[in-house]
Amino acid sequence: MSLNYFELFGLNPIFNIELATLESNFRKIQSESHPDRFLTASATEKLSAMQLATLANEAYQCLKNPANRAKYLLELQGITAISETNTAMPMDFLMQQMEWREATEDAVSAKDVDALDNLLAEIRVEAKSLQENLVSLLDVKKDYATATDATRKLIFMEKVSEDINRAIEQLDI
Amino acid sequence: MAYSDKVLDHYENPRNVGTLDKNDPNVGTGMVGAPACGDVMKLMIKVNDNGIIEDAKFKTYGCGSAIASSSLVTEWLKGRTIEEAYAIKNSEIAEELALPPVKIHCSVLAEDAIKAAVADIKAKQAAKETV
Repeated sequence: MSLNYFELFGLNPIFNIELATLESNFRKIQSESHPDRFLTASATEKLSAMQLATLANEAYQCLKNPANRAKYLLELQGITAISETNTAMPMDFLMQQMEWREATEDAVSAKDVDALDNLLAEIRVEAKSLQENLVSLLDVKKDYATATDATRKLIFMEKVSEDINRAIEQLDI
Repeated sequence: MAYSDKVLDHYENPRNVGTLDKNDPNVGTGMVGAPACGDVMKLMIKVNDNGIIEDAKFKTYGCGSAIASSSLVTEWLKGRTIEEAYAIKNSEIAEELALPPVKIHCSVLAEDAIKAAVADIKAKQAAKETV
């Protein structure tokens, strides 16, 4: 099986994919490879259906998430956006991350869910503009170096958003 | 994944959490981030006139291994010269904390934070000398 994730779902390898198409083609492969359809099939057919289902699941999880999709597109270009030994990020970006983290901590100790919601909204605006940048960088300009920087930033934004969401859930209980 | 006892100890009782006065000419700040996981780490060192680190503080937002790595290095840094600090290798941190391979990047982050803090203090000292 040498199809890449985009080909698997019949999508063009671009950042700005049609999420509805991704969704419906994923559901289609899921139902076509469902074990119930292979009850009387041979062991080989069962195995390949299971492998297809697993691959489709991996591919779907990767492509539906913007940071992972950008990372994967860069990988298709032979670029590793995430090297464990490269910890250099722009200083102002890291300062902003620290500020968000500290604001989150303060809001959590004050049990202030509104403040957390506001932070999330602020981060979402930034993440959205990064994603718009990525559409232009990856799909139009094909400026993969700048796209790599933007992708790295997006990963940090998703992490901080996840942590804030988790904090909100814990406070809501 | 199971954390080692040393990681748990630093994670549950982190040493030297906090900040130093970033405007102090004897304080160097190192800020780094790990794109692999979105962790951010800030390390601050206070260096006396003999080039010895008198105090170190950190703030890390990330997993247990990242917190333990930065907590450990603040302990190691106190009393060392900035040259000795610069020479600290991530492999020493990983070995001390028994970090598994998937968490090696946390020790890389701590090493890079030290190097960034030392570079910052050296830049501040150079600026002072030219005044």
